[in-house]
Amino acid sequence: MPGSLTLAAAILALAAGTFALRFAGPLLRSRITLPARAEKLMETSAIVLLAAVAATTALTEGHGPAGIARPAGVVVAGVLAWRKAPFLVVVLAAAVTAAGLRLLGVT
Amino acid sequence: MLLRDIALVCLAVGVTSLSYGAIAVASGLPLWVPAALSVLVLAGASEFLFVGLIAAGGSPIAAVLAGLVVNARHLPFGLALPDVLGRGRRRLLGSHLMNDESVVFALAQDGIARQRAAYWACGLGVLLCWPLGAVAGGLVGTVIDDTDLFGLDAMFPAILLALVLPALRDRDKRLAVPVGAAIALATTPFLPAGVPVLLALAGVALAAVPHRTNDPDKTNDPEKERPCPAP
Repeated sequence: MPGSLTLAAAILALAAGTFALRFAGPLLRSRITLPARAEKLMETSAIVLLAAVAATTALTEGHGPAGIARPAGVVVAGVLAWRKAPFLVVVLAAAVTAAGLRLLGVT
Repeated sequence: MLLRDIALVCLAVGVTSLSYGAIAVASGLPLWVPAALSVLVLAGASEFLFVGLIAAGGSPIAAVLAGLVVNARHLPFGLALPDVLGRGRRRLLGSHLMNDESVVFALAQDGIARQRAAYWACGLGVLLCWPLGAVAGGLVGTVIDDTDLFGLDAMFPAILLALVLPALRDRDKRLAVPVGAAIALATTPFLPAGVPVLLALAGVALAAVPHRTNDPDKTNDPEKERPCPAP
């Protein structure tokens, strides 16, 4: 384990770098006006990233598959969301399905 | 409705954070480490990774770099966000509040006023719940040793999925999203955390191709119209 000072420096470095990544986009957007087509592509990029985060966190754990309970919960949520169920129902159904399966011994 | 949905997400963030703080302290790190990370970095996945690498004896430099790779998606997020942050000091704080949840809630709304309200409500809620949970979890220890038991791990992808689905009515996104997700899934076994998600952006290239097939003027290749030269 590194010393406290090294650890604090590492945390500050991660915090500063993360802030720079977060700040760069809004700063750039305020300086330049993008054509409508580019603006739409940016939005598509964000949706693609968010969907990729959803897919990887739903189906994988580390570098391997996530088992059965979690993907099953997310699939149930996906079907409910597709049928336009309320957000609360969708999200809680994911948790209840995954937790229920685990109670039954399906992980 | 919107505030209730955001409150649910913040609650889930808080409970996850309880286990994050508990895990960090249980793995031998002092409480101030998850506490400082949760306030200053405020990005769950990268903090889990940072804490895990340090606790496993990894070098701090490697832990910082790994965390930054995971957080790199905030750059395209910031480029995609409509003007919800404001200027000056508000932009400084607003940038810090950027995360998967605040961005997805903002993008799922119609109209800049609702987008702004959703972004700030979710961002501030997470800013409150994530550090509070981390400190409480670190202090109390492993009361909740496994949040998977409550299905919390299924909630976060479900949250993103529910808010991303309506965007798929759009033709570009309907093409780009499945391709991007497939690329991310296929590369996850081989690449470091965070990289597969960035590679999903290759799916956007599909959407970048102009809609030629719908344009009657461009469906016919001009080359084909040209009469064949005599042999």
